[in-house]
Amino acid sequence: MISRELLKRTEFYLLIVIVIISTVLSIITNQFLTLSNWFDLLRNNSFLGILALGELVILISGGIDVSFTATATVAQYIMGIVISRYVGNLFLAFLIPGVVGIGLGSINAVIIFFTGVPAVVVTIATLNVFNGLLQFITGGKWIYSLPVSFKNFAQINMLKVSRPEGWPATLSILVVFWVIAILITWLILNRTTIGRKLYAMGGNTEAARRAGFSVFRLMIFAYCYMGFLAGLASVVQAMQTQVIQPNAIVGRELDVLAATVIGGASVFGGRGSVLGTVLGVLLLAIVRNGLILLGVSSYWHKVATGTIILVAVIVMALQRKFRSEGA
Amino acid sequence: MLDIISRLRERHGELLVLFFILATIIVLIAAATGGRFLRLNFLRSMAFQLPMLGLLALAQMGPMLTGGIDLSVISIANLSGIVAALILTSMTGPQAIIVAVAAALLTSLAAGTLNGFIISFIGVSPIIGTLGMMIFLRGVALIVTRGSIIAGFPDNFLYLGNGTIIGVPLPLIIFLGVVAVFATIIAKTPYGLSAYMVGSNEVATKFSGVNTRWVLFRTYLTSGFLAGITSFIMITRYNAAQAGTGFSFLLLTVLICVLGGISPEGGVGKVAGLLLAIVILQVISSGFNLMGLSSHLASALWGIILIFALFLNKLIFSGGRRST
Repeated sequence: MISRELLKRTEFYLLIVIVIISTVLSIITNQFLTLSNWFDLLRNNSFLGILALGELVILISGGIDVSFTATATVAQYIMGIVISRYVGNLFLAFLIPGVVGIGLGSINAVIIFFTGVPAVVVTIATLNVFNGLLQFITGGKWIYSLPVSFKNFAQINMLKVSRPEGWPATLSILVVFWVIAILITWLILNRTTIGRKLYAMGGNTEAARRAGFSVFRLMIFAYCYMGFLAGLASVVQAMQTQVIQPNAIVGRELDVLAATVIGGASVFGGRGSVLGTVLGVLLLAIVRNGLILLGVSSYWHKVATGTIILVAVIVMALQRKFRSEGA
Repeated sequence: MLDIISRLRERHGELLVLFFILATIIVLIAAATGGRFLRLNFLRSMAFQLPMLGLLALAQMGPMLTGGIDLSVISIANLSGIVAALILTSMTGPQAIIVAVAAALLTSLAAGTLNGFIISFIGVSPIIGTLGMMIFLRGVALIVTRGSIIAGFPDNFLYLGNGTIIGVPLPLIIFLGVVAVFATIIAKTPYGLSAYMVGSNEVATKFSGVNTRWVLFRTYLTSGFLAGITSFIMITRYNAAQAGTGFSFLLLTVLICVLGGISPEGGVGKVAGLLLAIVILQVISSGFNLMGLSSHLASALWGIILIFALFLNKLIFSGGRRST
């Protein structure tokens, strides 16, 4: 029995689309529906998945952030220098990026609040500043000499399923960070007053202000949380590639925004869910994975991604239109 | 005295801030380079570089005036350039140039039409609709070129981006011509007025009898067309066309518009401000280049200047237009 409430949810339609695409891919390729393919898919998308959760919180609060790729790069680089030259401590590898991310996030929030300029403009500016300064200071040098403990940690597997043919399928520990980020974000948005206030502020900032919420504190929270997740994602990315490149992450910001919006978050604020965002990331990931398995030339990947975004946002806009005209 | 200042603030405040920033930067760079900066051939090299980014920023200005944004301008310019390049490298004779220019402009108009349709008639938010188009068109460009670079154009076509007329770079002449036409359209025509009105209050404009959808549609169509014009300067300056050119300019076009006083919330902004902002960015990047400083430092400085200008505007216009 499908309730009417369910039919209104973006997540429901996303899930249907994902199931259809997955079914088709399972039938026409024999690698898609294997554990090792799914484990790899989750591992390869943990980084984007974590970033998308941060963007979700910002979008819900009525803002937008495109600077987090620069934040992640700065956080990752500082971490890389410390653990490769001074103390090869795993705890620091997670602490430093988190702290740097929170610091840079608070700079965003302060500028947005005090200038009153739309977040997209401010974060474009800080993207340029963070990234420009990092590239200038580091000269774009890569960091290769990461400590052994860092490498070993990244190779830990949570699950190992042996298969009759060849290599066992393994689920990397990096996926755990995505899962943790999903749980924390869900708790914040659904089980805390901060979460409810963020939705309220995104829906109507002026109303939230008059209801007595501290808009400044909520903004600080949202942008610092994004910064924190950018830091976490940067560690995951570094563990995956085992090298720190200052130009690897910047440029992905709009991919993350796209995944979040496909998941039903609105750039007008006040709407979006953790489930939707996860499904949005998965949809894009599955399509990319499917195209690779089908042997389609990589030149088609962008067209596929662009088409999905356009179709998704057009359907959502039409839904909104009919609903408001019907009401 | 106070009266004069307040009147200046009201009418040209933001332009004055920009002018002050520009003058300071020119003096600093001229002093740091011992006057080399102000020599004629250096100024001319700047005049060759400025039009490309200037035209892209102009393409960004219309959507921003209406309170939107166009993230697909670079993708449109690249795809149009690729269409022109494919024709130029496969056809010969003088008619090739005419066909190439026409096909490239048609491509940009088609892309602008799609943007306009999605945003004004379907009602997708501009930032997301044009983001989808940006990725989609870049994909189309990749498929058409198979990721390769198309190079080698006839000399009389290259003249567009590299020639001079009585010593003045041709791209600069094209740029100023387009600026003049664009400025006239948005300042003097009913369409221009409605674009400003849509930007300041879309609902009120609609109820005052303006077809706001049509205004938005024309805005994104114009934006695409301007990106199409940019494509000629782009491919002739580089003597090559490829899918990935110039994506670092995308966020820069938004930054230039905002620095030039075009409110990202729409409804406010002048072409003169945009011109000043473009000159500021070009002076910084050329000046830094001359002093042997990193281009990354220049891009950081652009960001800092923007934030500085935002704070300055906030201070000068405190208690100003924003209601929240």
